[in-house]
Order: sequence, then C-alpha cells, then structure tokens
Amino acid sequence: MSSVIYERLRRNPKFDELVQKRGSFARTLAAIVLIIFYGFFMLVAFNPKVLGQPIAEGSMWAIGYTVEMGMFVFFWILTFIYVRRANGEFDDLTAEIIKEAQKETK
Amino acid sequence: MSKRFTTALALLAFAGLATAAGPALQGDIQTQPTNWHAIIMFLIFVTMTMGITYWAAGRTKTSSDFYTAGGGITGFQNGLAIAGDYMSAATLLGLTAMTFSRGYDAYIYMMAFFAGWPIILFLMAERLRNLGRFTFSDITSYRLDPSVRTMAALSSLVVVVFYLIAQMVGAGQLIKLLFGLEYNYAIFAVGILMMVYVTIGGMVATTWVQIIKACLLLFGGTLVLILGFSQFGFSLTTLLEKVTAVHKLGADIMTPGSLLSDPVTALSLGLGLMFGTAGLPHILMRFFTVGNAKEARKSVLYASGFVGFFFNVIFLMGLVAVLLVGQNPEYFEGGDIKGALIGGGNMVAMHLAHAVGGNMLLGFLAAVAFATILAVVSGLALAGASAIAHDIYARVIRKGECTDKEEIKVSRMATIALGILAIILGIAFEKQNIAFMVGLAFGVAAAANFPVLILSMYWKGLTTRGALWGGYGGVISAVLFVVFSKSVWVDVLHNAAPLFPYTQPALFAMPIAFLCAYVFSVTDSSARATKERDAFEDQYVRAQTGFGASGASH
Repeated sequence: MSSVIYERLRRNPKFDELVQKRGSFARTLAAIVLIIFYGFFMLVAFNPKVLGQPIAEGSMWAIGYTVEMGMFVFFWILTFIYVRRANGEFDDLTAEIIKEAQKETK
Repeated sequence: MSKRFTTALALLAFAGLATAAGPALQGDIQTQPTNWHAIIMFLIFVTMTMGITYWAAGRTKTSSDFYTAGGGITGFQNGLAIAGDYMSAATLLGLTAMTFSRGYDAYIYMMAFFAGWPIILFLMAERLRNLGRFTFSDITSYRLDPSVRTMAALSSLVVVVFYLIAQMVGAGQLIKLLFGLEYNYAIFAVGILMMVYVTIGGMVATTWVQIIKACLLLFGGTLVLILGFSQFGFSLTTLLEKVTAVHKLGADIMTPGSLLSDPVTALSLGLGLMFGTAGLPHILMRFFTVGNAKEARKSVLYASGFVGFFFNVIFLMGLVAVLLVGQNPEYFEGGDIKGALIGGGNMVAMHLAHAVGGNMLLGFLAAVAFATILAVVSGLALAGASAIAHDIYARVIRKGECTDKEEIKVSRMATIALGILAIILGIAFEKQNIAFMVGLAFGVAAAANFPVLILSMYWKGLTTRGALWGGYGGVISAVLFVVFSKSVWVDVLHNAAPLFPYTQPALFAMPIAFLCAYVFSVTDSSARATKERDAFEDQYVRAQTGFGASGASH
C-alpha cells in the first residue's frame, strides 16, 4: 500500500521539480561553506602571516579575525536563507505533491 | 612551543570536558576551599531540574516519549537544547583558556566547531527527521539487514562510552577545582543525578535540563563579558591595543600560531570536527525530538545562532581575561604573574568571573559549569540507552516483537548500567591521560557513523555487505590510528616513537570507510543486495517528502 503511494508521489512531475530545485540549492550552499571553510584552513596552514596583518594601516583589526568573524555571520545567514526557502517554497511544494497523491486514492 | 604542546592543545580544544584532564591540568590539582556560593546555586539548579524531572515523569509513558519526548519539542526549544548538548564545560573553560594563552588560534578552533552546523542543515537535517524515529541506526538500517543496525548501535556505544569517560573524568577534576569537593564524590554526584534525570524523566527531562543549562551558560558568559568589556568602553580597538602591549605573544596574538601549521593535521582536524559532529549519536538523536522537517531545520538555525554567538563571546572573554586576570597577581601562585594560574590553566574563565563580579558571579559560573556537565552526560546516557534498548534489544534480539513497556524497562536498566559503568570508569581513569578519548570518540563518529549514515541516505547502491564493511572498517581504522598515534602509543603506552605520525585520524579513516562501503557494495551481487537497491526508491521518496515519517504523538 505505502509502496503504491510512494510510486504515485514519485511519478508527479512536481516531485522531480522539488528534488531538483531543493537539491541543487542545498548543494550550492554546502559547496560555498566547504570551499570557504577549507580555503580558510589552507590559508591558516600555508600562509598564516597574511591573516595577522591589519586590515588597514594602523588598525588593530587583523585580517584573519575580521574575515573569520565575517564567516560566522555569513554561514549563519546562509542557514537562515536555506531554512526560509525550504520551510516556505519547498514545503509548500511538498504539501501539494502529497495532497495530489492522496487525492488519486479517492 | 613544542609540537607536544600543540598536539595537546589540539586535543584539548577537541575535547569536550577532556580539557580538564589534558596535560594542562595534569600534575597537581589541589582541592580548593569549599565554594559555598557555587554549591548553593548548584543546589537551586538541581532542585529546579528535579521538579522538571518529576513533571516529565508524568509525560513519559511510551517509548516515543522516553527517547524523543514524543516528538513534541519545538524548533526553538530544540535549538537551545542542541546548543546545550554541544557546548560543554570545555567550550567555556577550555576555549577561554586557549584564547588567554594562544590568542587567535582559539578562534580558528571555534570556526571548526561551528562550520559543521550549516553542513548538517543543508545535507542531513531534513532526511534525518524524515527517515528516523528514535536513533540514527533507524536510518542506516531502513532498507538493510538488522546486522547493520547492530553495527551502527555498537559504534554508537563506542562513541558514547569514550565520550562519557572523558566527560566523567573531566567532571570529577573540574568539580574538585570549582567546588572543593572530593573527586569520588563528584563522580558519584554526576553519575547519580544523570541516572535520575534519564530513568525518570527520559528525553523530556533531559531536553529541559539542556535548555535551562544553555540559557544559564549564555547568560553567564555574556554577563561576564559585558562587565569585563565595559572596562574598555566596549571598544575592540582599545582592548586589542592593551592586550598586544602586555601579552607574551605581542602583536602575534592575532596571527595563527603553530597550532595548525601542518596542512595534513589542519585538514584532518577540520574534517574530524565537521563530520564528527555530524556523526555524534547524542546530537543526531535530538533531530527526532521535533515534529517534522520544518522544525528540524529551525532547530539548526537556532542552535547555530546560539553556538556562533557564544563562541564570539568566549573569544572576547579570553582577550579581556588577558588584562583583568593575566595582569592581576591575586590570581597567580605566589602572586607572580609570570607563574602559574591558581587552580591551573583552565580556571581563566572562573578568575575572570571573580575579577568582574566577585564571589557571587564566580559561584554562579561554577554552578553553570557543573550544570553543563550534567546536561551533556545525560544526553550521552540517553543516546547509549537507546542504542542498547531500542536497537539491540527491541529490534535485533526481539525482532521488533516486544511491547513498549518492556522496551522502556530495558532502556531504564540500560541507563542505570551506563551510569554505574560511567562511575566505575570515571574512578578508574582518574589518574590516566584521557585526552585521546574524545579524539577517539570524534574519530569513530566521523569515520564510522557518518560515512554509513550519509551513504544510506544518498546512495542507492549501498548494500548490507558494504555498510557492514564500511562501518566496521571505519571503527577499526579510527581506533587503530589513534592507538598508534602519539597520544596513546607514546603518551599512554610509553613507547619511544609513534607508529602513525598524525594525531587526527579523520583524514585517513574516513576514506577507508567510504572505500570499503563502496567496494563491498558494488561487488555485492546477491539477491538480497538487489532487493536492497530496489527498496531505495521508496526510502528516497520518503526522505524527500516526509510522507510516512513518524509524527508527533503530542
């Protein structure tokens, strides 16, 4: 029984749309985080001196500290963006797909 | 700085509470004079949480209530609880101490602890919630043979037990320091309180202990920072000018030091922290306490917000401490500010609390540290109990044919057994160098739990044979890499040179697990394997839509 309804959910073209849209969105965001994170770690490993330089002549703010604080904020904003879109647009689409599949049963 | 110190610090930061047991605190930890402020405030915390446990007991009737609070926790509450589960006393004490002595290096660690969360959200949170019920083994064994469940439960237990030992030993030593309580009393207090919370109140009580503790920790840390930072007009520039002028690292305090100078270690540590977090059973379990994928996503949003905020607070606390603690002879042995801190390196945060808020604030922060230990230990015990009672007993031994009542009874017995084990091991390991244990726990989580879990969610081709090889391959290689590394082979077993040159196993053990899982899956041509691959379709639809996912019972 459940297999039948899963089959029906899957056949819905909106299912492919959901999977494609949400999947590529999530993968893109994950790639951004991973690239920045490991890029930053490689900088720490290979060229730490750069990170200790001030952001401007005479400033007490080091590049590393400033960039990293920016990463904290940026990564969190990315989670916010994902949650907003997934809980809105994507979940609406999901609800539609489920509704349509259940309607067919009746 | 010697490499040995670097390694030790690496493990420390890793370390949850193991910090307290790391080399920085080895040698003499003297019992401090009894701290009555702290004890009274801690007793208030215990009374409050006991009240909650009593209330929770009335709401813990089914196994779903016991393991997941009936799925009735909201995203915001769960976000706080995750933050409470994730930020151990070492986050507060270890990382402030690390900032105090090493400056910017500590901030790099904080980023490594933080960056796993967005990844968990993007790649895992939703599927975890849609596929799982009580434990993450529910997901790995969703379409595979029960032997995969046994494997996942065993590797969960390995992670839980190592983590638990580290927490217990750290707890005993910390409490001795902070409260002036005997080590063994402290161990018994933690073990017994944890058993009470978990056996009586299950996940409902554990969640609320974690929520309260997270609030106290956020409040306490922020208050100390505000009081301290106000002395510098809340100006980072002023603060940094003064810190650079007095710190032994001088201007280099904001430059990465020797901590991650070796690229292999840096990468391995980054991988281990990021994916270890995504494989910790007590963290994964929290995703089943919310009603649906929407709330699961919100949980991560709030949790990462709190965790990220707190790391930044801690880093600034460490810098403020350089001036307010580091320049005050009152906090040093014999009044010599070039000497050792009273109570050891990990006392920086506590001394700072005293410096800005007197004995009251010191007592408050010490009580928060104790509460923190309890919350983390309770979460671990519950995760261990669910692996024993739900996975091994109810699903594998009884093949799902056991009543809810029986399962809860076994869970409670398992919790008590884990509590007793934790007490015994806590006492047995008092004098041991247990810094490697949390490294081991994260290593196993990253190399055994994570690969099989992520493959089971994303890869159609995974079969039982591949999952077993991948999982056991990951556990065994992670354990062996750690045993042959300097932290066990030399520091514990006293051999002359390590057989494996790096202390972080993740970069090596993770590929082994993935490779084993892949090779033994694609070469599996049994009829069972074909059936398992076919079953992926339904699982995939459910993972994507949440249709058929276990809902909230409240």
